[in-house]
Amino acid sequence: MTSARMSTLATLRGHLARIEAHGGPFAPDRAALGHAEADAMLAGGLARGAVHEVFAEAGRQSAVATGFVAGLAARVTARRPLIWVRQDFSEIEAGALSMSGLCELGFDPRCLVTVRAPDTDSALRTTADALACDALGAVVLEVWGGARQLDLVASRKLTLAAQASGVTALLLRLAATPSPSTAETRWIVRAAHSPPAAKWHAWGAPRFDAELVRNRHGLLGRWIMEWECDECLFSEPPAADPQPVAAAPAHRSHQAQARERRRRAG
Amino acid sequence: MERDAPSVVVAKEHNALQIYALDDAAARYGLAIGQPLANARAICPHLTVFDADPAADTRTLGDIADWCDRFTPLVALDPPHGLYLDITGCAHLFGGEAALLRRLCDALTARDFAVSAAIAATSICARTMTRHVHGRIVPDGEELDAVSPLPVSALGADQAITVGLRRAGLKTIGDVAAREPAEITARFGAGFSTLLAHALGQGDAPISPRKPLPDYIVEKRFAEPVATESVISATLSRLAETLVAAMERHGKGARRLEAGFFRTDGALRVITVDTGQPVTRAAVVGRLFRERLEALNDPLDPGFGFDLIRLSASHTEIVVEQQHDLDTHVHDNDELVALIDRIAARIGSRRVFVHLPLETHIPERAVLTAPAQHHLASAAAASWPERATGEPPSRPLRLFDRPEPIKVPLATVPDGPPHHFTWRRAVHAVVKVEGPERIAMEWWKQDGKMLTRDYFRVEDETGLRFWIFRDGLYGSELLDEEGRPAPANWFVHGLFA
Repeated sequence: MTSARMSTLATLRGHLARIEAHGGPFAPDRAALGHAEADAMLAGGLARGAVHEVFAEAGRQSAVATGFVAGLAARVTARRPLIWVRQDFSEIEAGALSMSGLCELGFDPRCLVTVRAPDTDSALRTTADALACDALGAVVLEVWGGARQLDLVASRKLTLAAQASGVTALLLRLAATPSPSTAETRWIVRAAHSPPAAKWHAWGAPRFDAELVRNRHGLLGRWIMEWECDECLFSEPPAADPQPVAAAPAHRSHQAQARERRRRAG
Repeated sequence: MERDAPSVVVAKEHNALQIYALDDAAARYGLAIGQPLANARAICPHLTVFDADPAADTRTLGDIADWCDRFTPLVALDPPHGLYLDITGCAHLFGGEAALLRRLCDALTARDFAVSAAIAATSICARTMTRHVHGRIVPDGEELDAVSPLPVSALGADQAITVGLRRAGLKTIGDVAAREPAEITARFGAGFSTLLAHALGQGDAPISPRKPLPDYIVEKRFAEPVATESVISATLSRLAETLVAAMERHGKGARRLEAGFFRTDGALRVITVDTGQPVTRAAVVGRLFRERLEALNDPLDPGFGFDLIRLSASHTEIVVEQQHDLDTHVHDNDELVALIDRIAARIGSRRVFVHLPLETHIPERAVLTAPAQHHLASAAAASWPERATGEPPSRPLRLFDRPEPIKVPLATVPDGPPHHFTWRRAVHAVVKVEGPERIAMEWWKQDGKMLTRDYFRVEDETGLRFWIFRDGLYGSELLDEEGRPAPANWFVHGLFA
């Protein structure tokens, strides 16, 4: 191989690396979640200025996913304003966001501005608008059910807007199944049992069975995460917890899983 | 229908159909307003009759008033058929009073309205003139000469007063004006003598315009109507620059902006934009209107084009110029306010809200949602109840606006928690329970219809956490007709994270 071709290749690799690194000279700013394993998998924490998706596969899991998103938002925003865009329908199905509930999770409702969008289109448009405003800490888009409008193009638009401003987009998809998108990470959140030690009272801090099913720059995993309301961060549950959890496919990269999926599909 | 067939509009008055309005052909037959329809039919059998529709009349008058907005911002209604226009300082824009009057009357006549108009120094004088003469311009100081020959009915006083004047032999306004004012006041009351004085140009009654006068107005007239979006948008931008420059001279910023689109066919469309803080930049004004116009449910219909676009600032505030320091928090807040304005302009200000705490124990009423445009500052300063450190959440994250009923089989202990329940067609077995937390309703606010609630925090076998309550106290509040304890209703009120 001639040196000219080698240098072309090197230039192209450099281009790709720059594109991958969000088009800027700086490494993405990350907000540590507090859960050591998850932070390690995410190379230090949740990337700011990117799109993250959180799925509740069934409608009854919606509050759990909401709690997880509120936790992520609290980690990412760092007391900057948060805009929560919600479809009208989602409020009917899953209930409104309760401010006292947010307070109890350690989140400050004073930072919150809620937008009630009549339909998915206007919700998406509002989210894209809000993402362009770099005074915000994060924007949450809450959508109920499968949304035709939330396709690859829409997701790419959100990603570009988030990258340009550095505002984090958190997509809360209730009663929906994952579809292709350009999200940085994708989580499926389910409710987790309280520690069995507590018998009659004190069910303890909120617990999430969080499965990382997509991670553009790292490996996947599944963890039980506890939300520390006082410290406002996620943590590992106590080691004595014999909660059965499916083995995390930590040895396998997301590409490998994707390959496997393709093979199954083909 | 024949063009010259006599036609009348009738309305029911004193249980009889009477003529409410008529055309020239009907008047030639000797019909008059107030005549019973039966009599009119006897005089003129081939009469065409229409029902009166006062609501439509009012609407039409309002539309004409809208159209008249192009001449002056001060247009007042004089029901049922009249309009006052305060053209002080406006006439020269249209080539003088005579030209303005001609233009107004020609345009209305072209649309088949019968017009009678007059210009005078006082509104009452002008109204009196229109009753019998069309197109008169009364110069200052000649009101007495102008109205003297007119009959007293032209004053528009009560029927009783008009009849009384006629009976007293005072046929014309000149006759009445010749009497001593004290005599007139003694006989017909102070109200009538004031009316007379106004008609004679002595003192003036203020008109009450339909809309308050905006603080700043700029407008653009087109010789040829414009209909394309690009021209409209460019015009708005230019108008915004002029408006902002005018406000800047007085150190003002706009809180509410109105764009009026006057169509050539007389229709007027007004689009309003509210802002959270005074706007002082033309680019922001232009952008807000673009957002608003794009999001309109019924888009701006140019029809055959607009011949006048007007931009006005109907609510302004003094802007305190702030020097931003290097710390960017102040600036951040400005950006957030601008973002809220843009979203509100598109989807409505009620849909963008902040949350304020309310002093109540009833969970669904503990939060007040207020439009973010106006309450951003108070929301940022609100004091929310502190959470108890070290405790798990005692309130759910998602709260149903209306608690959802659940099916609970009879509990072993009547006022204890259930062992399992059915919510949205799925059975949940209760694994963990915490409670009850008793929340009494505010008896001092309502008539005791709402029952005391016992809330339980329960966790089911999959780890889902619910906030359920029993409506009513077993044995004391829940009794059937014979005084025996009745089964309670259970509800899911919220879901914990």
